[in-house]
Amino acid sequence: MTWLAWRQLRFQALAAYVAVVAAAVVLAVTGTRIVALAEPAGAIFDRLTASDRTLFWSGLIVMAVLPALLGAFWGAPLVARELEHGTHRLVWVQSVTRMRWFGVKVGLTVLGAALAVSALTWAVTRWANPLDGATSATHGGFPSRLTPVSFAMRGIVPVSYAVFALALGITLGIVLRRSVPAMALTLLLYVAVQVAVPLWVRPHLAAPVDQSVTISRATLDGISSSGPGGPLTVSAHRADRGDWILSNRTVDASGRVAALPSWLSTCLPGPGAEAPPVSGQTRVPAPVNSLDSCFARLASEGYRQEIVYQPADRFWTLQWRESGLYLGLAAVVGGVGLWWLRERVS
Amino acid sequence: MTAVLRTNGLGKRYRRRWALSDCTLSIPEGRVTGLVGPNGAGKTTLLNLAVGMLKPTAGTVEVCGGPPAVAAAALARVGFVAQETPTYAGLTVAEHLRLGARLNPGWDDVVATSRIARLGLDPKQKAGRLSGGQRAQLALTLGLAKRPELLILDEPVSSLDPLARREFLQVLMEAVGEQELSVVLSSHVVSDLERVCDHLVVLVDSGVRVEGDVETLLDTHHRLTGLRRDSRSLPADQTVVSDRHTDRQSTFVVRTESPILDPAWSVSRLGLEDLVLTYMEQAAAPEAAQALEVVR
Repeated sequence: MTWLAWRQLRFQALAAYVAVVAAAVVLAVTGTRIVALAEPAGAIFDRLTASDRTLFWSGLIVMAVLPALLGAFWGAPLVARELEHGTHRLVWVQSVTRMRWFGVKVGLTVLGAALAVSALTWAVTRWANPLDGATSATHGGFPSRLTPVSFAMRGIVPVSYAVFALALGITLGIVLRRSVPAMALTLLLYVAVQVAVPLWVRPHLAAPVDQSVTISRATLDGISSSGPGGPLTVSAHRADRGDWILSNRTVDASGRVAALPSWLSTCLPGPGAEAPPVSGQTRVPAPVNSLDSCFARLASEGYRQEIVYQPADRFWTLQWRESGLYLGLAAVVGGVGLWWLRERVS
Repeated sequence: MTAVLRTNGLGKRYRRRWALSDCTLSIPEGRVTGLVGPNGAGKTTLLNLAVGMLKPTAGTVEVCGGPPAVAAAALARVGFVAQETPTYAGLTVAEHLRLGARLNPGWDDVVATSRIARLGLDPKQKAGRLSGGQRAQLALTLGLAKRPELLILDEPVSSLDPLARREFLQVLMEAVGEQELSVVLSSHVVSDLERVCDHLVVLVDSGVRVEGDVETLLDTHHRLTGLRRDSRSLPADQTVVSDRHTDRQSTFVVRTESPILDPAWSVSRLGLEDLVLTYMEQAAAPEAAQALEVVR
């Protein structure tokens, strides 16, 4: 049975592994340079080339789409193609039970996909490690690995995503009995889950930390307005730039979420007469002295900034928990597929 | 008589529609049994239930003395050539044999390779590029080389041209001669079965209309033609299968063990096809009987 499963998987598996090995080689070769660039701390941005940046963002994109592609192109047709071509009626009457056939086929596919994704995520995570969360005053920065931009493309979670996407694809293939609709629906549902988890689930995988700070120059991250003359909002930052900030709100003396008092906009020095904000959010660079007095008045009126966040050192805790969540989902979805195959398919 | 396939009250429902309902039959061991019936009689459903591709909604089915497909050993006892004889288009002929060898502990490689050689199939050819007849032969080879006790074929020749049909059935007959196995073969074309079957089951609307050895069936059915008379005037040991009346003449098909003695009849033997068709028409018979009542 293993022979047949391998025979049916080998071309796509070889193609995937060639691509993974090629990517790993590129990352290994360029990776040593990145490590060397990061050596004197803080100087990294001066020597980073455009191609390094491209590689960084490509790594993110590849890791983001790879599990979805595996689910759609390996998972969905796995059983659906047999049902479409009627070959299940050839293979299920050999001296191998349907469940064993399914087990070997799924096992080999999941193993192959998990190994490929493991290798790639290891290479990408290692390569990007010096850059993740690096910031500079003048060149912008890279997202920290705990923020939703990077979290899903680092560490071990991509492997669990791949397993989940495969389970989803295989089950949809069994239920729909058609490869192409199953592929489309797999992509759709996978993206929906990938959007829902960081929004509503991941913040609660570990109890987030609440912190209340006085607004001062030391904690201020930025002041923004929603338009010329619009209400101002303030955001504060944590000492550790790697923290994942879930909510950043101003509360008044009674502890309720409140808008900033209207006097603040007149207290603050404007962005300058020569350059009124054109649209949207504008970060306001401000003269130092008047800011301090404004903040002092805010503090005396009881305004504080409340920050809810996941600390940066919880990266691996969240990685393990989210992997567990996805593997659990994969088990449930796969179980449905297994039941459907045994009871409903002929 | 040992039954190689036995069903009791077997039924299969798809959503609201019963594809097979309350089917009770028993097919003897060591025979080549033809399963005939009109399209939609439930033949394919019955055979798929027998090999365990389907699970029954009601009743039980037993093949080779046990429930089908519950374990590898049960699967090994039954060979199946499905409708349209599916094969893997991307695998070569040789790879199909390898598939058979890997997936069947009782695989007979000599049977497989010699059969492929005799058929003149190129082992390196992809199955997707074989003709319909060749593909059917490949599927048959897979079914035979696993050395089953029972080989079930579901309309194996329905999509083949007459020559390929004849060749396929020829190969099947040779194999039955060489290997000791029981065969159940379904078709809606009686002439296909006439050449190969020694046992016949006529299935109409999930029900067995008639069943028996082909020889016996042919010997015990007679067509009687004579002056018009009522079917009730026939002797008690003659079971009327069908009757047809014109103004002056009556034609009966009767089943009886004893010879026809009444000199008023002109008696003729039925061909297998006529016999089967007579039983299939029986399904629509109540209307015909009523029509006769009205005429009188």
